[in-house]
Amino acid sequence: MTGTGEPPAGADRTPSGAGAGPGADGAVPLLETRGCGKTFGGVIALRDVSTRVRAGEVTCVLGDNGAGKSTLIKILAGVHPPDSGEYLVDGAPAAFTSPRDALDRGIATVYQDLAMIPLMSVWRNFFLGSEPSRGWGPFRRFDVAEARRTVRRELRSMGIDIRDVDQPVGTLSGGERQSVAIARAVYFGARVLILDEPTSALGVKQAGVVLRYIAQARDRGLGVVFITHNPHHAYPVGDRFLLLNRGGSMGEYGKAEVTRQELISLMAGGAELEQLAHELSREEPPVKP
Amino acid sequence: MTVKTAGPGADERLASTGLARRLLIRPELGAVVGAVVVFAFFAGQSETFRSVDGVANWLDPASTLGIMAVAIALLMIGGEFDLSAGVLTGTTGLITVILATRYGFSIWTAMLVALAVALLVGFLNGLIVVRTTLPSFIVTLGTFLMLQGINLGVTKALTGTVQVSGLRRAEGYEQARAVLAGTFSLGGADFRVAILWWLGVTALATWVLMRTRPGNWIFAVGGDDRAARAVGVPAERTKIALFMTTAGAAWLVGSILALRFTSVQANAGLGQEFVYIIAAVIGGCLLTGGYGSAIGAAVGALIFGMADKGIVFLGWDADWFRFFLGAMLLLATLANRLVRRYAEEVRH
Repeated sequence: MTGTGEPPAGADRTPSGAGAGPGADGAVPLLETRGCGKTFGGVIALRDVSTRVRAGEVTCVLGDNGAGKSTLIKILAGVHPPDSGEYLVDGAPAAFTSPRDALDRGIATVYQDLAMIPLMSVWRNFFLGSEPSRGWGPFRRFDVAEARRTVRRELRSMGIDIRDVDQPVGTLSGGERQSVAIARAVYFGARVLILDEPTSALGVKQAGVVLRYIAQARDRGLGVVFITHNPHHAYPVGDRFLLLNRGGSMGEYGKAEVTRQELISLMAGGAELEQLAHELSREEPPVKP
Repeated sequence: MTVKTAGPGADERLASTGLARRLLIRPELGAVVGAVVVFAFFAGQSETFRSVDGVANWLDPASTLGIMAVAIALLMIGGEFDLSAGVLTGTTGLITVILATRYGFSIWTAMLVALAVALLVGFLNGLIVVRTTLPSFIVTLGTFLMLQGINLGVTKALTGTVQVSGLRRAEGYEQARAVLAGTFSLGGADFRVAILWWLGVTALATWVLMRTRPGNWIFAVGGDDRAARAVGVPAERTKIALFMTTAGAAWLVGSILALRFTSVQANAGLGQEFVYIIAAVIGGCLLTGGYGSAIGAAVGALIFGMADKGIVFLGWDADWFRFFLGAMLLLATLANRLVRRYAEEVRH
């Protein structure tokens, strides 16, 4: 809730506000988990995870497959309550019984596969479930003109260049789809945006596009939870990094406390593999003249 | 194609493909083209077919089929089937005739009772489907067989034959007939009033589908049920309402036919359920849901009407109608498949 209202002109890569550093402690975090745990039958999916999500900050949740990322976002999104520990929203304990409850408190989740309905147009998808209407009684109707206008305006204000809001969402690329879903959450008053692996299925350029919209949302003062297994995607946009491994926390770091290389080496084997791939791909162009 | 910083030159090129795409993915396009071809074929060979009397003649079967096809199209866009709809037209007709001729009900009261029964059947169909998440194909196949049994069993028990008749004597018959099964003159020919009902139902369905919130929900629950629920669409209510709409349409058609013929066979409507689905598919509905149009289904019914009567006008054996049906269905499904792949194609 600190002074993040006015985005700094131009520079959208610099972390806004005080980041994870010393100054931010005064404000009440939008979301906070204290020692949260969750078990499914005999399986401990998550144990003793504590983190904070502040307005105007991007909290990255990093971990390999099976690290507990999905369980953590399901707790944050109101799908499951935690079995142990506390989940606080605006400093008060949250008792969500459904994702709808979380949504009503301004916590919006964009799932990778559940984001959009492919055969429906962009504007129909954008307003699905919250269609603007006009008229009264039996003549109440979906205000189609208003919907189209709003979608065009909102997408443009987020810098999303969709050629035609009438095209089916299925014809959009993966990155465009995620971007529209983010714009939708922002438009409907989300204060916290939970993004489930928004870049994992995307190519390099597309991932860059989505990262830019994450930065946009952050600059508008939203708290963003960015789940990913790719430190190269997390590092440029993140302010805090929560590392998960096998259901437990491996620590949370502010951007000032960790370098990209450290972040990569903190992650488990899969990440080393990625680093290798990254290094290999850098060798192709002539290194230095 | 997905590079965000496309220059103005690239944008112009995209705009032109966008227009072509928008025309191509209109769900009813295939049906309209088909209707024009079928009309040209029969009108070219038969003087009667293209006369005003001929038009009135082939619009007649298209109208009752069209009312049902439009309702089924909405249901199919919502991702469900209803195999009981055909037999339900018989059930509602039988209820109306039995109550009006044997129990002294006025025709309007009898029709009201039949409507209540139809809506109840639709409600139960919908409730079972959304609560069990069983395929509606199976659930409504069950209702279909049960209704078929009731229609025959009750009719035989009451009359000892397989039809009920004598509706002409019922109170209010002339009035009801004028509203639902009468005729009007236009250009020297008598057209059935059912044609107006057909146009009205199509217009209403199109408006609901394209311009109301429930219309948006219908597309959504058919396109991706889980995603629709995730954004707060009342998926269960939407689907139950669709089943009840189909049942309501079956009541309308059942009443129109009962008033016209003043008698109803116990097996009325049997086998029609697939014809409704075929008309909806020819009209651009996908069997997988989430896509289609009410106008398309109405045009699909029009193609049926034209072929049904056109074959007779040409003096062909009516058996060829079946062959024609199959060929149209196959063509339409192939065309729809292409359209869907085009619409869903992910561009990287």
